[in-house]
Amino acid sequence: MKRSLLIGGFGGQGVMVTGQLLCYCAAEETEDKQVTFFPSYGAEQRGGTANCYVIISDTAIGSPMVDYADELIVFNNPSLDKFEECVKPGGTIIINSSVVDKEPTRKDVKTVKIPAIEIALKLGSPKVQNLVMLGAYVGYTGLLDPEDVKRTAEKKLGGKRPEFIPLNNAAFDRGWEIGHAAAR
Amino acid sequence: MSRAFVKGGDAIAEAAIRAGCRFFAGYPITPQNEIPEYFAKHLPEAGGSFVQGESETASINMVFGASLSGTRCMTSSSSCGISLKSEGFSYLAAARLPSVICSVQRGGPGYGSIKPAQSDYLQATKAAGNGGFKMIVFAPSTVQETIDHIYEAFDYADKYRNPTMVLLDGVISTMMEPVVFPEPLTEEQVQAIKDSKTWALNGKKAGDKKKLITGGATEQSNMECAEMYEYWAEHETRAEEYLVEDAEFILTAYGTTARVARAVVDTLRKEGIRAGLIRPILVNPFPYKSFAKLDYSKVKCVIDLEMTIPAQMIEDVKLGVLGKAPIRTVLRSCGEVMTDDFALGGVKKIIEEY
Repeated sequence: MKRSLLIGGFGGQGVMVTGQLLCYCAAEETEDKQVTFFPSYGAEQRGGTANCYVIISDTAIGSPMVDYADELIVFNNPSLDKFEECVKPGGTIIINSSVVDKEPTRKDVKTVKIPAIEIALKLGSPKVQNLVMLGAYVGYTGLLDPEDVKRTAEKKLGGKRPEFIPLNNAAFDRGWEIGHAAAR
Repeated sequence: MSRAFVKGGDAIAEAAIRAGCRFFAGYPITPQNEIPEYFAKHLPEAGGSFVQGESETASINMVFGASLSGTRCMTSSSSCGISLKSEGFSYLAAARLPSVICSVQRGGPGYGSIKPAQSDYLQATKAAGNGGFKMIVFAPSTVQETIDHIYEAFDYADKYRNPTMVLLDGVISTMMEPVVFPEPLTEEQVQAIKDSKTWALNGKKAGDKKKLITGGATEQSNMECAEMYEYWAEHETRAEEYLVEDAEFILTAYGTTARVARAVVDTLRKEGIRAGLIRPILVNPFPYKSFAKLDYSKVKCVIDLEMTIPAQMIEDVKLGVLGKAPIRTVLRSCGEVMTDDFALGGVKKIIEEY
């Protein structure tokens, strides 16, 4: 098993945190999974699009970057424009439809739309939009145990703002349900 | 022991502290800023000193001073920053002072770009400064191996009383991977290493003999260095030889590119193509023998993969192959990170010709 993910969005939307939480979970909650996290590096990190690659595999990982990912998560329009081509045929684009107001032009990939900000606002804070997207990815791929991911999120994010833990968990669960339903 | 998931840059600094590094001086440059940032926060906790110098030149000369006192010390930089420090490397080599230099390569040509690449192979292995000195140069290809190499590099530096380099690129310094850290040296062990350096200048007490570190500008000291380099070539080369016994196509690569090449070899083998990999783990001394001992009645082609255009390691590969097989290249440069698909496509295109 080798699964690759590309995440793109504006700096500040939680793109890096989303990718890192997946990796922390795979690396620390399992004994043997190989995991790489590779952030985009350069001037575009300021204000423009931020993106990162996540690879989770049962065997040694070659390049931490892929030309074509199994899944793409997009948090904004520029990321959809820029990375739509970087999905394998038959792969999936998971879209934050609260921000992305256009359709992918690709016809050979699946699309899962998550109104992440609406969901986050309903739960109490737009800040947890990335937890909704994270939940959607985990629900869609079934790659990691949702309880493991939530425990990881609590460990990594709970220290600074413990009051966000219930909100994070609720956001993750809501995303997970939509992602899980979309995979069926 | 449980695994930690860490960024290459952080891992380098943590490994160094565990190896007993108690002085770091550097000057910020992308893509290695995580290294000084981590040292700034954690080196004082270990009783060490972190200094952000006013320039690269100042920083490397501070390392010179720290090394003179017997303290395990280190600096890190990238490409043009390494060039600015090169005068100091020459001083360290002349005075035979141990220290660890971490070089995180960016793109060329020349001053080039801030993006990850492998543009400084020749600088690292042939002339990191003036004066014809050489260093042992580690070339790790995972974050775990980077930790192990940094840890080991301090021992090598002390053993040979010479600066030692760990050569990376911007991919490994910025990526994150699961790792297990080695046990940190105890304060007693760190002190014992310092005390064992009888040459160190750490204050003349009454009755002590006067010590001199002259900077060694004699023919004799040149000959001693030459002898040491020959000894390295004989005893210190290190390479991973992966599935080379029956291989018709030998891939060769170091660092980030080597992990990609290994994945390519695995894919080719699954398709029934007899491919193998020679991965120099130290790029100086270079493992010429790994190439010399290949069975050239079988080898159809040697394929050199690098993230620099034109290729640089190929100069050493040629000296290993000595014309017994054709050498071809698969290259990327200037922030275009080598991916498995790109490398596989390039290698296959070459294989089709043989």
